[in-house]
Amino acid sequence: MQNTASQQFLRGVKDELPILLGVAPFGMIYGILALSAGLPALEAQAMSAVIFAGASQLMTVQLIQEAVPWTVIVLTGFVINLRHALYSATVAPYLQHLPRRWKAVLAYLLTDEAFAVASLNYQREGITRFSHWYFLGAGLALWSSWQVSTAVGIFLGAQVPQAWGLDFTLPLTFIALVVPALKDRAGLVTAITASVAALAFFGLPYKLGLIVAAALAIAAGMWTEVRQ
Amino acid sequence: MNVWLMMGAIGLLTFLTRLSFIALLERFRLPPILQRALRFVPIAVLSAIIAPEVGYLDNRLFLSLQNPRLLAAIVATLVAYYTKNVVWTIVVGMVVFWLLGMWG
Repeated sequence: MQNTASQQFLRGVKDELPILLGVAPFGMIYGILALSAGLPALEAQAMSAVIFAGASQLMTVQLIQEAVPWTVIVLTGFVINLRHALYSATVAPYLQHLPRRWKAVLAYLLTDEAFAVASLNYQREGITRFSHWYFLGAGLALWSSWQVSTAVGIFLGAQVPQAWGLDFTLPLTFIALVVPALKDRAGLVTAITASVAALAFFGLPYKLGLIVAAALAIAAGMWTEVRQ
Repeated sequence: MNVWLMMGAIGLLTFLTRLSFIALLERFRLPPILQRALRFVPIAVLSAIIAPEVGYLDNRLFLSLQNPRLLAAIVATLVAYYTKNVVWTIVVGMVVFWLLGMWG
């Protein structure tokens, strides 16, 4: 079942599909907000391919609207995406045997949602001959839906009322990914520590509270594992 | 500053961040303690993204069952735990959230 590239690719696409239900509204919201921030449609669409990171794009268009100095905008966009270095370290051991162009493509596709699906697959199955095709399938499925949902958001513009609260689909998607991954005490301690710390450090600038909370939570998870 | 340049700068920095350890590991090996730490990355980062989205309303901490996002998130957590199904979790969570909005 897992012995051809195309089968692994399709498995990756299939495992990413349910997550798109939560990601597509978020892409639409980005498209809508980018236009209302005064960005031309072409630039708004291009940002989804060039930056390809939802939280960072939303923050960028917001700061453009507030006419913040460009150095601050670039720095903020960069810091919000620092968590991707952790993702990079997590998948790196599984990609070392691949040629450089594969590493570059998979690095470009390393978003929150593709990482969640691909890394859980690696944790389940380890490296198999075509496991990078699974990653590619999950990553491209997400990429395509992000571009299309951005375009839909740009097209619909302000016709989608904010009162629908579509942005809430994103935390729901992450809940759907995290909860089934909590299989032992150490994982549970990690999740609880991350949640409490993220609430406590929410006020830090540049969303740095996210990085602080993740670091504390990883330490707490390891400590729990050692004590067992 | 030109929006294209700014977008290009953020895009390049984001790509390099995502490439960082994938490229570095060609030359260095991660110490065993870091390798063990990485197992907790998905749970730690995703939880740290979820909590403020749910626990804060209009930039103020609001940990109460009066908070529709918090209540809907708790229901979604239960659905995720019992069904392990992404679609059900999102759909039930959104429906609860909308219903609370209509009654609240």
